[in-house]
Amino acid sequence: MSLKNKLHNLKEEYKGKKMAPAFNAIHTFLYAPNETTHSGSHVRGADDLKRTMNTVIMALIPVLLFSMFNAGYQHFAAIDAANGVVREVSVFGNFLTWENFWIGIIKVLPLVVVSYGVGLIVEFIFAVIKGHEVEEGYLVTGMLVPLIVPIDTPLWMLSIAVIFGVVIGKEVFGGTGMNILNPALTIRAFLFFAYPTWMSGDKVWVYDAVNLAGTPDAISGETILGYLAQNKAAEMTYSISDMFFGFIPGSVGETSTFLILLGGLFLIFSKIASWRIMLSAVLGALVMGLMFNGVVSSGWIGETSKFYGLMSFTFWKHLIVGGLAFGIVYMATDPVTGSQTNKGKWFYGFFIGFISVMIRVFNPAYPEGVFLAILLMNVFAPTIDHYVIRGNVKKRLKRLKNATILPNDSASKSEKLKAETV
Amino acid sequence: MSKDIRIKKGLNINLVGKAETVTVKAPDSNVYVINLQDFHGIAPKMLVKEGAEVKAGEALFYNKNHESMLFVSPVSGQLAEIKRGERRKILSLKITAGKTQESIEHQVPNLGSSSAADIKALLLKSGSWPFIKQRPYDVIADPETTPKAIFVSGYVTAPLAAELNYTLKGKEKELQAAISAVSKLTPGKVHVSYGDSSSPLAGLKDAEMHQVSGPHPAGLVGTQINKLDPINKGELVWVITPQDLVIIGELLLTGKFNAERIVALGGSSVKKPQYYTTKIGSEIATFLYASGVNGEKFRVINGDVLTGSKSSQDGYLGFYNNTVTAIPEGDDYEFFGWNKPIFNKISTTRALTFSWLSPKKKYDLTTNTNGEHRAFVVTGQYEEVFPLDIFPMQLLKACMVKDLDEMEQLGLYEVAPEDFSLTEFICISKQPHQQIIREGLDLLQKEIG
Repeated sequence: MSLKNKLHNLKEEYKGKKMAPAFNAIHTFLYAPNETTHSGSHVRGADDLKRTMNTVIMALIPVLLFSMFNAGYQHFAAIDAANGVVREVSVFGNFLTWENFWIGIIKVLPLVVVSYGVGLIVEFIFAVIKGHEVEEGYLVTGMLVPLIVPIDTPLWMLSIAVIFGVVIGKEVFGGTGMNILNPALTIRAFLFFAYPTWMSGDKVWVYDAVNLAGTPDAISGETILGYLAQNKAAEMTYSISDMFFGFIPGSVGETSTFLILLGGLFLIFSKIASWRIMLSAVLGALVMGLMFNGVVSSGWIGETSKFYGLMSFTFWKHLIVGGLAFGIVYMATDPVTGSQTNKGKWFYGFFIGFISVMIRVFNPAYPEGVFLAILLMNVFAPTIDHYVIRGNVKKRLKRLKNATILPNDSASKSEKLKAETV
Repeated sequence: MSKDIRIKKGLNINLVGKAETVTVKAPDSNVYVINLQDFHGIAPKMLVKEGAEVKAGEALFYNKNHESMLFVSPVSGQLAEIKRGERRKILSLKITAGKTQESIEHQVPNLGSSSAADIKALLLKSGSWPFIKQRPYDVIADPETTPKAIFVSGYVTAPLAAELNYTLKGKEKELQAAISAVSKLTPGKVHVSYGDSSSPLAGLKDAEMHQVSGPHPAGLVGTQINKLDPINKGELVWVITPQDLVIIGELLLTGKFNAERIVALGGSSVKKPQYYTTKIGSEIATFLYASGVNGEKFRVINGDVLTGSKSSQDGYLGFYNNTVTAIPEGDDYEFFGWNKPIFNKISTTRALTFSWLSPKKKYDLTTNTNGEHRAFVVTGQYEEVFPLDIFPMQLLKACMVKDLDEMEQLGLYEVAPEDFSLTEFICISKQPHQQIIREGLDLLQKEIG
C-alpha cells in the first residue's frame, strides 16, 4: 500500500475526531487534498492559500540566507573595529565564509526554529480546540518574526512574544483572515514594549555585543539610524553600497535592501503582493524625507537640534537603511490587515511610508518607525476602505434618484384556474 | 453613449473538448424528467395525477403564488412518477414518452395588434413564461410586474458553452417573432447583444442591438446589464436566453410549445464532443453515450462548468440548459500539490503557476478544488476578473453576515449567482461564492421582497 493510500485511510479514520485538524494539516502539507467541488463552479483555479503563502516564503529565503552570513560578518567586523581595524567588505573574501555562516547557524536558525515551533504549536492547539483546519497564515508570520528581531534576542523572550502575538494578535479575532493587526508586528511590538531596555540601544544588533559589553573586548553594534539619532553621522563608516546591499548592522533580515527589492519584484510579478501598496509606501517615505530635508535646508533647525541627524539624512537614503524596505515589501502588503480596496491601498501605503519616516525622526529613543507606522495604518485600514466603499455606495444612491420603478400591473391577472388540483 | 460593450476585466477559461459544429439528432429518450430544482423559489401545485396521460405542452403543475403560471410537459406520454422528498416536497416529475406525439395547440393572437396582456396570457398558459427570469433575485419573473427593460445576451464567453452563432442559425424568424412580442411587455427597451455581425441576432428589429467584446464574463447578461442600465433598488429587469426565445418564437408562429433544442455536448470526458438535437428533460445518456466517454470517473454537468448544476450519467437535460459538459472527477491527492510548479491548471497569479505563459492553451481541468476552504485572505484578486462596478469581496462578506443594509448598498440587486462564478473559480480561499450570493438574494427577497 502506498503512502498516499495509507494517509487516506488514516484521514478517514480521524474524520470527525478532535485531532483531525492536526492530522489534516500534516496530510495536506504532503498531498493536495482530494476534495471536489460541491456547489457553484465545478472547476477551480490552481492557487490555494498554501501556494500563496509559500510564494511569500520563497521571496524571504534569500533574505534569510543573507542574514545568516551577515550575522557573522557584523560580529567579526565589530571585533575588528574594536581593535582599530577597518574592514572592507568583499563578498567572496570575507562575507560568504563558513565562519560567518556558522554564526548564522547558531544565532539565526534557532530564532527561526523557535518562532515556527512555538507559533505552530499555538496554531495547532487553537485549531484542535475550535475544530477548524490549521490555516496557513503562520507560515509567513513564522518566517517574518526571526527576520525583524535583533539578533541577540533571547529565545525565551521570543517564545513569550510569539505566544502573545499569535493568541492576542490573531486567534482572539478568529484566526487567519480575521485579525486586525499584523501578527508578526504584534510580536515585534510586544518585544519592544515589554523589554524596552533590551530591545533598543546599541548592543543587541550584533552578536555578542551584549555579552562583551563592559569587558576589554567590548564591541559596538550601533545601527545607522542609531548613529543618526545621536547626531553622530560623521562617525559612521558605511558607504551607500554597504547600506544598499546590506553589510550593516540591524535587525536580522532587514539590512539587504537589494535582496528585499528582488523579493518585492518577485512578489509583484507573481501577483501575490500589491504593487500599489509598495509603490505608494515608497512615495510616502520619499515625500516625508524631502519635507524634512527642506526643513533643514531652509534653516529652521540648527545642527544642535536633536532631530538634525535624521532630518538632514538625504531623503532617499531612508529607504535603504533600517527596516523600511523590509516593512514595505513584506509587512505592509499583508492583505488581511492592509487596505482591501485598490484605491484604499494607495492611501494606506502612502501613509505607511510617510509616517515611518516621521516616527524615525521624532522618536530618537528608538529610531525605527516602520513597525509602528504599519501597526497604526493596520488600525486605520478599515476606515480607509470604508470611505472608498462609501464612494461606490454614493454612486449607487445617486443613480437611484432616476430609477424607473414601474407599478405592479394587476390587470394582467388572468382567469383563475378551474382545473382540479391534485 | 456608445451602444457597444467592451469588457477588459475577466478571464477566458479554455478547456479541452469544445463541441464540434456538427449537429446530430439524439436518439429519442424514453423517459423525460422535469426537475423542480430548475425553478428556484417556485412552489408547485400539481394539475395532473400520477399515471395520467398528458400531451406535449399540457400543464403538469402551476405556481402556487401565481396560479396562471403553468409548467408543461415537453412530450406527450404518461406522468409516470411524482418524486417527493421531505414533507412531500415535489422533487421531480417523470414522464414516459408515448408512441405517438401530440401537442396542445394554442390560439395565437395577431402579433401586430395584440396587447401586452394577450402576450402574457399566451406565455403563461403555454408554459413559456418560466423562460423569462427577473433580476434582482434571479428568479422566474412575476407576471404582474412590468420590467424597465429586457435583456438578451447572444454573446457566449462561458467555457465550452453552446455557440449561439451556430445553434441559432436559421432561427431568425422565430427570434424576431419572440423579440417583437416581448418588446410589448416593457415600456423600456429590449437590449440584445451579439458577438459579431454573423450572429443570427445581429439583424433583429424592435430591439436595441449591442455588440459585445472581451473575455468572460462579457457574455453573462449580468455584466451587460451593469454596463448598459444597472438595476437600482425597486427596479426590475427581465432576462431571456436566445435559445428560449426560439421556443417562444415557435409558439408564436405555430401555436405549439416545442421543447426541442440544440445542445452542445462538450468536456474532456466526452470522446466526440458535438451538438445534438434533443428535448428539454430528455435523458442525458441518449446523447452522452452516442458520443462516448473517456474514463470511469467523470462528472456530468447540466450547463457549463462554471454555472451548471451537477447531474449524472442517468440525469436529464435541465429546463434552461443548452450545454452539457462532462469533465473528470478530481477526487485524488496530488503529491506536494501546493508548492510544485503547475503547468496544467489555470491560474490568474504567477506563483509558480504558468498558465500566463500560454493564454490560448486548452486545459483539461478536473473537479478538484485544488486546496481547502479558508477564510478570505487575499485581496485585489477578484477585481481583476470582475467587470461590474461592485466591490465583490465586500458584497460577499455582507451576504455572509446577513447585513441587509450593506447588501443593498453594495449592489446585491444588480447581481445573480452566475456573476460570481469567475471570482469563485479563482478564489484562493475556495469560498462558495455562488452559494453565498444565492443565499443572500433569497434572504433579501424574503425580507424586502
